[in-house]
Amino acid sequence: MATTGTPTNITQGSKTKGGIGESTLRPDGTLKVTGEFAYSSDMWHEDMLWGFTLRSTVAHAEIVSIDTSEALAQSGVYAVLTYDDLPTSIKNYGLEIQDTPVLAHGKVRHHGEPVALVAADHPETARRAAAKIKIEYKELPVVTDEGSATADGAPLLHEGRDDHHAGHVPHPNIVHRQPIIRGDAAEAAKKADVIVSGEYVFGMQDQAFLGPESGLAVPAEDGGVDLYIATQWLHSDLRQIAPVLGLPEEKVRMTLSGVGGAFGGREDLSMQIHACLLALRTNKPVKIVYNRFESFFGHVHRHPAKLWYEHGATKDGKLTHLKCRIVLDGGAYASASPAVVGNAASLAVGPYVVDDVEIEAVALYTNNPPCGAMRGFGAVQACFAYEAQMDKLAKKLGLDPVEFRQMNAMEQGTIMPTGQPVDSPAPVAEILRRVKARPLPPERQWESSEGADVRQLPGGLSNTTHGEGVVRGVGYAVGIKNVGFSEGFDDYSTARVRMEVVGGEPVATVHTAMAEVGQGGVTVHAQIARTELGVAQVTIHPADTQVGSAGSTSASRQTYVTGGAVKHSCELVREKVLELGRRKLGTYHPAWATAELLLEGGKVVTDGGEVLADLVDVLEGEAVEVEAEWRHRPTEAFDLVTGQGNGHVQYSFAAHRAVVEVDTELGLVKVIELAVAQDVGKALNPLSVVGQIQGGTTQGLGVAVMEEIIVDPKTAKVRNPSFTDYLIPTILDTPTIPVDVLELADEHAPYGLRGIGEAPTLSSTPAVLAAIRNATGLELNKTPVRPEHLTGT
Amino acid sequence: MRVTFTVNGRQQEADDVWEGESLLYVLRERMGLPGSKNACEQGECGSCTVRLDGVPVCSCLVAAGQVEGREVTTVEGLADFARQRAEHGGCGTGACGTSLQDAQQWEAKPQDSQTGEGAELSPIQQAFIDAGAVQCGFCTPGLLVAADEMLERNPQPTDADIREALSGNLCRCTGYEKILDAVRLAAARQDRVQEGAV
Repeated sequence: MATTGTPTNITQGSKTKGGIGESTLRPDGTLKVTGEFAYSSDMWHEDMLWGFTLRSTVAHAEIVSIDTSEALAQSGVYAVLTYDDLPTSIKNYGLEIQDTPVLAHGKVRHHGEPVALVAADHPETARRAAAKIKIEYKELPVVTDEGSATADGAPLLHEGRDDHHAGHVPHPNIVHRQPIIRGDAAEAAKKADVIVSGEYVFGMQDQAFLGPESGLAVPAEDGGVDLYIATQWLHSDLRQIAPVLGLPEEKVRMTLSGVGGAFGGREDLSMQIHACLLALRTNKPVKIVYNRFESFFGHVHRHPAKLWYEHGATKDGKLTHLKCRIVLDGGAYASASPAVVGNAASLAVGPYVVDDVEIEAVALYTNNPPCGAMRGFGAVQACFAYEAQMDKLAKKLGLDPVEFRQMNAMEQGTIMPTGQPVDSPAPVAEILRRVKARPLPPERQWESSEGADVRQLPGGLSNTTHGEGVVRGVGYAVGIKNVGFSEGFDDYSTARVRMEVVGGEPVATVHTAMAEVGQGGVTVHAQIARTELGVAQVTIHPADTQVGSAGSTSASRQTYVTGGAVKHSCELVREKVLELGRRKLGTYHPAWATAELLLEGGKVVTDGGEVLADLVDVLEGEAVEVEAEWRHRPTEAFDLVTGQGNGHVQYSFAAHRAVVEVDTELGLVKVIELAVAQDVGKALNPLSVVGQIQGGTTQGLGVAVMEEIIVDPKTAKVRNPSFTDYLIPTILDTPTIPVDVLELADEHAPYGLRGIGEAPTLSSTPAVLAAIRNATGLELNKTPVRPEHLTGT
Repeated sequence: MRVTFTVNGRQQEADDVWEGESLLYVLRERMGLPGSKNACEQGECGSCTVRLDGVPVCSCLVAAGQVEGREVTTVEGLADFARQRAEHGGCGTGACGTSLQDAQQWEAKPQDSQTGEGAELSPIQQAFIDAGAVQCGFCTPGLLVAADEMLERNPQPTDADIREALSGNLCRCTGYEKILDAVRLAAARQDRVQEGAV
C-alpha cells in the first residue's frame, strides 16, 4: 500500500510572458484552495502507527527512574522508547551546537522536554499509553534570568561544555557574547547636549504557524527510511538526523511535504528523529502530528530580551554615541542563539549613523523554553529599543520624530558599527518620508449614519465604548535587517534545471530542495525559468534531498540565494541549448555564430529580434539538464573583541506609521492603520511582495499588543500553551495595511532584488508602541502592551 | 461504533470509530478527506471549519457520533456545492431547503489530485487565488468555507461585515488584507454575474 499525500510535480503554464516582475499566481494555488494540497499532517499510510511524545512536566530535574512497563502492556501499543533505546553513540543534535538530547538523559532542562516516545495504532491509544509511563523526577533549582543564571553557585545548564563559544564567554550559562566597539563612546558622550537612556523588555513570541509539526516516516527495505516532513531546510535536518539513526545520509531520503507556515519555528528539528526511530523500531510507517498544546513545546520561540540603551545627541539633532547592552534569553538549549546574538549586536544601532558605539549582546542558557529563530532574528528586539530611544531623543530636543530620524538616517556609503560599508541603496529617510506623507485615516472613523460601529472601536463587539474616552495616537518606526546567512557562513543554494519538449512544447523543470513554506518561492522559480528560458510551461519538482542543498528558508534569503541559483542554472542551460542549436541548425543562418542570442516566446531569437529557430526543433529528441550551486559574495566573522568585520551580505529596510485609538479608561487598543514603505530592490512578484510585507507587519502588531508566551518565573513552566491563552491577531485585530514599495536595485543581487520577508516585522512593533505612547503619554517600555499598563491598575 | 453521514452529497460510513473521535478526525483519517485542517484542535483557529446541515462549525469540536444521519460540506466539495447553489438558486444544503432528491444526486466530482488541473473552482476559491490570499494555505480551507457561507447570507458585505464573519479564522501569513481583497472580489464578481443575468 502506497503512502498517500506524497508531493508530485506541479506544472504551470502562462498566457502572458509570466516572467519576473509580473504578479503571476501560485502554481500550488489550485491545490491549496481545493483541499488537495497535502501538508505533512495529511500524510497517510494504510497500516501506519501514530507516534506520541511524552514531555517533562517540570523545568529542571534529575530523572530518577522511568518505568515504561505499563505503557508497553497496553493493547495497540507497538513501541515505547527512551534514551536507552537510542541506537548509536550520537544522542544529541543542534543547529550549531549539538547540545539538544533526542530524548532526555538523566536530566530535563526545560518544561516540555521530550522524555519518551510511544507508537500505537491510534493517536489516543498512544496518548493514553504515554500517560502510563511513570517518571520519577527530583526537582532542581531553576535559573530564569541573567541574575540567577550568572549568580555564584548557579546551576549550570551544560556542565563541561566544550563548544566553540565556550572559550570566550564570561560564564558557562552564557551561550555567546558579541561586543561591538567602534570609536570612543565615552569621549563622544561629552559632546552630547542631551542624553537619554532606557531599559526595554521584549516578551517571548511564538511563531504560531498554523500547520502543526508533523510528518510520516516510512521504513524502507534497504534498512533506511523515507521521511515526509515540513521543515525549513531539508539538508540541515538530514545532517542532524542521520547520525542519530546510525544511517548514512543517502539512506535517509527526505521529501518536503506541505508546510503550513514556518517563520523560523521549523529551523530546529522537532519530531523528525522521533518518527524515524519509531518507524525503524516497529518496521511500520509512523506518523506524528503535534496538537497545538504540544506545538508550543515542540519548537523554539523568539528570544525574550532585556535591552539597556543610552544615546546622546547634540542640540541640533545629531546622534553622538550609543552604549547598549542586549540580554537575550536562549533557554535551555543553544538552537540559533549564537547567530541571533550576532544579529542583535551588529544591528543594535539601527539604520542610523553613529560613529562611536559600545555594544554588547549576550544570549543566556536558562531553564526557560529554548529560543531560536523567528522572523527578524535578533534585529526585532533591538529595533523595539532603538526606536523608543529615537522618540525620547526627539521629544527632549523638541524635534519632530520623523525629521530627527531622517537627520541621522544611514544612506549608501554609511559605515556600520562593524566597520562594514553599506554598499547598496539605503533609502531610510525616503521610506520615512513616504509613510509620513500618506493622508491620515479620518478622525472618529467609527461613526456611521447609524451611529457608532463598535467593530471599529477599541473593545469591538464587546461594546465597551461608542467613542467615550477614546484617544488617537500616531507613531513612526524604521528598521534594518540583514539578508542571508552572515558571519562567514558558506551560504549557497543548488538548482537543477532541465529543459525538454513535452507534448510538443518546450518545458523547463526546476528541481531544488528549497522549502516552500508559503512565501511563494515556487512561484518565483517558475517566473525566473520563464524569463531566462523563454518558455511558458514550467514544472516545479517536489523539494527533496535527491538534489543539492538549497539552504534555509530563513533570513529573507530564498529568493536571493535559491532564486539566484535557479537563475544561474537557467543561464547554464541556455548556453547548452544554444550550443545544441548551433550544432543542429547553425549552418542555416549566420546569426547563430555572430549575434547575441536569447530564448523568448519558445524561440531562439537574436538581440535584434530575429527568430532563428523554435525551441521545439532545437530540443527535439534531447533534454538539457544542469545542476549547479550558486553563492552570494562571502562574508566574514565578527571579531570577538571589537565586533569588526564585513559580516553581512545585504540589508533590508522598512518603515511604518501606526495609527491607533486607545480607550484610556479600559486600556484597550485598536490599531486603525499600519502604513508601510519598504525598499525591495526589485519586486519579482509584486502581489507576493505585498503579501509578505502585510504578513510580517501583522506579526509585529501581535507582539505590540497581545502576543507573549508567559513563563512562570518561579517554576519556569509555560502558562499559556494554547490559542485560547496565547493570542495572535484575528482579522478584527488587524488594520488596513497600505504598502508603498520602492525598487532601488542592489547591483550585487540577482535582478537587483532585496530580501524582503523580515524587515516589516521589525518596525511594526515599535511604530504601534510609539502610537500608543503618543495617545496616552505613557512610557511603555515592554511588549506586549496590556490593558493594565495603560490604566495603571 | 459505526457512523454514517452525508459528506459533500455522498453517503459515507466509518467503522470502528472510537466515541471520543471528532468529526475532523473521521473526515481526515477515516474518510480520506484531509482538506479540513487540524491547526489547533481546540476550536480557536477555524482551520477545520465545515458546514453541518448548512451551519459553519469547527469540526474539531463536533463529536463524530453527533453527525450521524446529517449532512457535511467540506472544502473538497465546495466547488460543486457552489455550482449547485448557482444552478438551483438555493444554498445547496438540507438546512436551506435542498430537496432530498437534489442532495442525493449531488456528488463532488473527482479532480486531478496531482496538480489540481481541470478543477472547477467556486467563485470564492478562484478569488482567493487571484487576490493572493493564499500563502502557506493552511487556514485557507476553513476560511473558504466560512467566507462562502457569509457571501451566501450577505452578498454585499461591508469590510466590517467581512471582518466580523471571518474573525473565527486565524491566518498567520497574510495579515488578512488579501483575504479581504478576495472576499470583496468574489462579492463583486457575484454582483456582476447577477447584474448580467437581469
